[in-house]
Amino acid sequence: MAARSQQGRPGARFAQFKLVLLGESAVGKSSLVLRFVKDQFDDYRESTIGAAFLTQTIALDEQTTVKFEIWDTAGQERYKSLAPMYYRNANCAVVVYDITQASSLDKAKSWVKELQRQANENIIIALAGNKADLVAEQPDKRAVQTADAQAYARESNLLFFETSAKTAENVKELFTEIAKKLPIEQASQRGMRGAAGRPGGVDLGNRQEAGGAAGGPGGCNC
Amino acid sequence: MDEIAPEYDVVVLGTGLTECILSGVLSVKGKKVLHMDRNDHYGGEAASVNLETLFRKYNNFTAGTEPWKKYGRANDWNIDLVPKLLMSNGELTNILVSTDVTRYIEFKQVAGSYVQVGSGARATVAKVPSDAGEALRSPLMGIFEKRRARNFLSWVAAFDEANPSTHNGMNLSQTSMKLVYDKFGLEATTRDFIGHSMALYPTDAYLDKRGMAKDCVERIRLYVNSMARYGKSPYIYPLYGLGELPQGFARLSAIYGGTYMLNTTVDEIHYDPSGKVSGISATMKERSETGPGMTFTTKCPKIIADPSYFPDRCQVVGHMLKAICILNHPIDFTNNSDSVQLIIPQSQVGRHHDIYIACVSSAHNVCPKGYYIAIVSTIAETSANHHLELAPGLERLGRVEEKFMGPPIPLYAPKGDGRADNVFISKSYDAESHFETTTDDVRDLYMRAEGEALRVEGLKEGQTIVAEE
Ligand SMILES: Cc1cc2nc3c(=O)[nH]c(=O)nc-3n(C[C@H](O)[C@H](O)[C@H](O)COP(=O)(O)OP(=O)(O)OC[C@H]3O[C@@H](n4cnc5c(N)ncnc54)[C@H](O)[C@@H]3O)c2cc1C
Ligand SMILES: Nc1nc2c(ncn2[C@@H]2O[C@H](COP(=O)(O)OP(=O)(O)OP(=O)(O)O)[C@@H](O)[C@H]2O)c(=O)[nH]1
Ligand SMILES: [Mg+2]
Repeated sequence: MAARSQQGRPGARFAQFKLVLLGESAVGKSSLVLRFVKDQFDDYRESTIGAAFLTQTIALDEQTTVKFEIWDTAGQERYKSLAPMYYRNANCAVVVYDITQASSLDKAKSWVKELQRQANENIIIALAGNKADLVAEQPDKRAVQTADAQAYARESNLLFFETSAKTAENVKELFTEIAKKLPIEQASQRGMRGAAGRPGGVDLGNRQEAGGAAGGPGGCNC
Repeated sequence: MDEIAPEYDVVVLGTGLTECILSGVLSVKGKKVLHMDRNDHYGGEAASVNLETLFRKYNNFTAGTEPWKKYGRANDWNIDLVPKLLMSNGELTNILVSTDVTRYIEFKQVAGSYVQVGSGARATVAKVPSDAGEALRSPLMGIFEKRRARNFLSWVAAFDEANPSTHNGMNLSQTSMKLVYDKFGLEATTRDFIGHSMALYPTDAYLDKRGMAKDCVERIRLYVNSMARYGKSPYIYPLYGLGELPQGFARLSAIYGGTYMLNTTVDEIHYDPSGKVSGISATMKERSETGPGMTFTTKCPKIIADPSYFPDRCQVVGHMLKAICILNHPIDFTNNSDSVQLIIPQSQVGRHHDIYIACVSSAHNVCPKGYYIAIVSTIAETSANHHLELAPGLERLGRVEEKFMGPPIPLYAPKGDGRADNVFISKSYDAESHFETTTDDVRDLYMRAEGEALRVEGLKEGQTIVAEE
């Protein structure tokens, strides 16, 4: 379900990657995805309900397209009950904190640690300090200094952006930078993966009733 | 940490497959669900575990040694604790598709379905013939018997409940399967592989029951239709192991608002004066946590739970024997298949319960390349010497690198239907080779708890937001 790719026009490159979101509750994970995928924002969003996962495609240049399959935690992280299925085969992760809540950066750091310990070693991790719009209005609301987060991101080898799902600041940029770092070439060469793509793989989505039991030739009841 | 809501429509205890399917379906239907498990992982008895966890669970090593290290990274192993496969046209597949949980889980065919006839040095292992043509080529039967088997399978294939001309003069709802076999003149061995490796009955209890012929023919048709769907065998299996199934349904439930809490133990169940459940008190505390944890109480008019949460309301209905074996080669006589189901019908080896071998491998991302995980299982018939009961199955495996076999596993069923107090309890996973009885239990529980039949068809259409492309 992770990196899938297919060959289209000659020279064209297309690859699909699984992206997971991590971070404390209410830092704006779902809002960032909603902004990226639908260019919408909702001030009164309830906790995540209803999205299995969302997909969004980015054209890096005329030849190169990256499709993100974005998994939201569905709230399972709230009581530390995220299923391993969630991060299995993740190619990239966005770890989100809220720049007006210092404790949310600590939580973000513990997710980064967990990712570096558990995920595959080539995973691309981006750190997003969200709700930048709040400090644009009221600078004294800031609880995490940009320079501090920046320094932490540099030493941990993470991409870093301060974002606002509300104003869309840096949202597109965040995902585009991730896309640029992904191994598109390798993914393209591996060819189509997943579902019916691999040997013996089955696509259950196209469920059809086999018409009656498959009788062999010459079915006489003599 | 957020507060737990003061009230839920239903509290589910245990994250086994049965509980997770119900939790997912109830959440999609708009119920407010709180789902808890005392363990630190999803799946309960239906989890898949890594190799280190397996060694520790069976205490299969000398203190101070780390035998799992010679098998690569422990996390590359996803070893099922329950040996079952999915029928590709079965009810669990239907539920997976109807709820869109197939979005999270990739499935692969199981490469072969085999049966053993005879025993010891004279045992023959062969592919289960699934249609009339295969019957004619099968080494399991002599030349005349092949034709009789072909006739039988052609009749099953053409059978149509609504069309009496296909009934061959029999009323399947009245007759026994023995009489049907008699009518086609089938030999004992043929009856064995049809009843046990196609209809997948674990014992011969079905043979003489009046009216059971209909069920048997339906089961054979399920086998044949499942086989016809992808070609190699009637079985499919999820990449990364069966433990993905409960996780997938738990995710579905969470997406529709279900609240998940692992590491949570039940402190007390509260009842109202009429004896019906009214709430629950519990404590969430991670293993590494030193404090008292988070204790809470919430109201709920219903509880759905696996038997381990209410041991005094359950009875033991049998004992399962199981040996989990790590091999570095495929099973002999199975055409080097990367995965198989091999059934040894009971009477072939002088037993009353079949022996099942379910084998998967790195083709399903459950172990590193070059390894195979085979689980041999049956129902206990004696009170000692359990390894002898499994011996005919273990013989089939050849050289085994590691073998994990504990004491017999008790199988539980609830004593009551739960309507008196609204505590609805599921059954243990039984010894059948597939999930059809698990989904029967899901339907039965749903009926008991919700007072209406479970309909999964159309659930997808009713979903508010699904993944958008
Ligand atoms: C935060 C976090 C917490 C975790 N916690 C747990 C936990 O509690 N318990 C647990 O069991 N596991 C845990 N995991 C591990 C997780 O479930 C996966 O096992 C892990 O992410 C997979 O990493 P890997 O190194 O085994 O990668 P591999 O499975 O080896 O894959 C490496 C990369 O290559 C890609 N790839 C692999 N094969 C192919 C192929 N054939 N074609 C194309 N691409 C391929 C994959 O998509 C992947 O991106 C955790 C992971 C994370 C990120
Ligand atoms: N001002 C401002 N508010 C934001 C921003 N992003 C999210 N929010 C608000 O923060 C709240 C939580 O946002 P969500 O996107 O639901 O947060 P989440 O991390 O997905 O939360 P969980 O699903 O509970 O883990 C909502 O009320 C959003 O409207 C932002 O950039 N600026
Ligand atoms: Mg969210």
